[in-house]
Amino acid sequence: MNDRRAVRRTFSSPLASAFVIAVTVLWTVPTLGLLVTSLRPKEAVTTDGWWNALLHPDFGLGNYHSVLFEGGSGVSTGLMPFLVNSLAISIPATLFPLVLAAMAAYALAWVRFRGSDTVFFTVFALQVVPLQMALIPLLRLFSSGAHLGSLTLIPAVDLKGSYAPVWLAHTMFAMPLAVFLLHNFIAQLPRDLMEAAVVDGASHFRVFRSIVLPLSAPALASFAIFQFLWVWNDLLVALTFAGGTPDVAPMTVRLAQQSGSLGQRWELLTAGAFLSIIVPLIVFFSLQRYFVRGLLAGSVKG
Amino acid sequence: MTLKPTAPSAGYRRRLAAAPALLAALVLTAACSNSSGGSGGGGGAAQSLTGDCAKYQPYAGHSGATVTMFASILSPESDSLEKSWAEFSRCTGIKISYEGSNDFESQLPVRVAGGNAPDFAVIPQPGLLAQMVKSGKVVKPPAQTVANEDKWSPAWKAYGSVDGTFYAAPMSANMKSLVWYSPKTFKAAGYETPKTWADLMALSDRIAKAGGAKPWCGGIASGTATGWPATDWLEEVVLGTYGGEVYDQWVGHQVKFSDEKITTAMRTVADWMLNPAWVNGGYGDVKSIATTTFQDAGAPILTGKCAMLQQASFYEAMWPKGTKVGPDGDVFAFRLPAVNPSVANPVEGGGEFLTAFSGRPEVQAVQNYLSSSDWASSRVRTATGWVSANQGVDKSLYTDPIDQLSAAALTDPGATFRFDASDMMPAAVGSGQEWKSLTAWFAEGQSIQKTAADIDAAWPK
Repeated sequence: MNDRRAVRRTFSSPLASAFVIAVTVLWTVPTLGLLVTSLRPKEAVTTDGWWNALLHPDFGLGNYHSVLFEGGSGVSTGLMPFLVNSLAISIPATLFPLVLAAMAAYALAWVRFRGSDTVFFTVFALQVVPLQMALIPLLRLFSSGAHLGSLTLIPAVDLKGSYAPVWLAHTMFAMPLAVFLLHNFIAQLPRDLMEAAVVDGASHFRVFRSIVLPLSAPALASFAIFQFLWVWNDLLVALTFAGGTPDVAPMTVRLAQQSGSLGQRWELLTAGAFLSIIVPLIVFFSLQRYFVRGLLAGSVKG
Repeated sequence: MTLKPTAPSAGYRRRLAAAPALLAALVLTAACSNSSGGSGGGGGAAQSLTGDCAKYQPYAGHSGATVTMFASILSPESDSLEKSWAEFSRCTGIKISYEGSNDFESQLPVRVAGGNAPDFAVIPQPGLLAQMVKSGKVVKPPAQTVANEDKWSPAWKAYGSVDGTFYAAPMSANMKSLVWYSPKTFKAAGYETPKTWADLMALSDRIAKAGGAKPWCGGIASGTATGWPATDWLEEVVLGTYGGEVYDQWVGHQVKFSDEKITTAMRTVADWMLNPAWVNGGYGDVKSIATTTFQDAGAPILTGKCAMLQQASFYEAMWPKGTKVGPDGDVFAFRLPAVNPSVANPVEGGGEFLTAFSGRPEVQAVQNYLSSSDWASSRVRTATGWVSANQGVDKSLYTDPIDQLSAAALTDPGATFRFDASDMMPAAVGSGQEWKSLTAWFAEGQSIQKTAADIDAAWPK
């Protein structure tokens, strides 16, 4: 109790407040620069710094108009289809690992079976595998399946040109961290609750649905934010697995192309980048009350 | 609390442990089956095309098919590409699904190795083409494409070949041996565009002594590719001093960077672009070349602070809107003269090669079409800033003065044409150590010996 009061005192001292404000301002400056640049005409962007624009304002929405409505002739009519693609990728790629990991975490934490510790540690250990290492093997698995000699272990699935490979890849890459985070949170839920439920005749699924899920809302929400932001901002996985068709390419892919082959139109990049942070901001603000609580999820074992 | 709480009851466990897994499987299966679209089937009897479409008859018979194309060309340049084959697509019914990425060079090997190769890749580096051919996934072009190739000068065919086998037809060509200048400023000061290297050096000296402006400006900053414009300067001098043979040996590392010939060429570059009296007009000293982006490098020419910039034909797109490009306009370009007058018309250039990873009939139809003079002409008509070295393209189609200049140089049978050397060297050097070392040469004043030795050391054994 004393510790907590000490922490509170430290954080409410004027010095600490000033420091926090200073850091916040510093952190926001690049974003402000991005916003200012996105509002300036191309000539101004290439000739002097954005801070000069604050003294001689010459703002317009021309860049946003180009980004949203012009696009490329044959490519699309602007960013809209890519925004939809981004949502179509991010939402399922957040929900799949969330659902699977919550169930896995419950099973590993509360269902006793032989080797459950081993399974948990293996999953946990998989976190150290870098995503980049798995790109080519995973892509090969999708396109040609897995074979042992002439024996087909996993048949080739033709997923080219659909969202499915991107969803699957994101789900796979997210699972270790998700299982680890949720396991530690779920394992700390009071056992009395579960036992009471079982005495009343609840099944595992019932316990999971009626007790574990509502109680782990903060952990689920914070993981959902992490995962959504990660998927939304991801370029590498999308480039590799959505490969071959602009029909399923997300915003990040389009943004990377926007500046032109030789970077001569990079004023469009700033406008596009600003548009692309709107959705993550909405997600963050709507889930933020869970976020602080959830950040501590599973971090301390009592 | 214990690490592993005991389960509430053993009875439920066996029955229900499988439930979550089953549900997970259901969710994923639903997810997959949801969107299993894909390319429509080709085939069908060859319909006969009439009217405007009649000329596409040789490519008919694959209506409804889709071919995918992956390239490094981005919007707005890629929009012109897509427009150029729009009529072909409409008439033949073959849809070309284009994807451009500025991570093309790293993504293509990943996709090919992962078994997810596009039908076509438009490869700008012969070195990368060779790497792809070695992977065994590149499909040889159909006979018609090979026949179309005769419209190109033999040098181009050689760059689209690996170990003597022809694989990829060139699409576009760009011309690097240009010097940008302002005709207005030159006229006002009474300067003539130089015809020889000696004239060029004398002119530079004259401009420097006249004061007011420096003769040269340059910028080699380009994000992670910083340094590439400097490789062009060295390549121009090597080609212009020794001709094609030494240049080819240099590309193949039979002539090393530390060789007397190349270090002499580097000294020529040092007297030119690292000359404190001559650079960096409008930006500052020699070091500022390393921090100026190549896109911005030429801007001081418009304000009269700099007289000349050596940069490729595609630099035309970098001038601000409203800049008049032409012999009497705000900016124009002349051909960089050969350092050694005995080298006939050295032309350094680049280009893209259409590489097929599939032998499906609709893919071959597209390959045939894109290697034809018809398509090249269609692309030239669509928008300026694009040149083909195909001899079958009518020169009068070029409306832009820079395109005319480039096309004349690229199709000139008497020219000594060579491909950009850094694009042909192994990637560890051509798009790695050479960039880094030349940047250090400009930015830190590193010695020529150390620069050359560092690049040689990075050459893969």
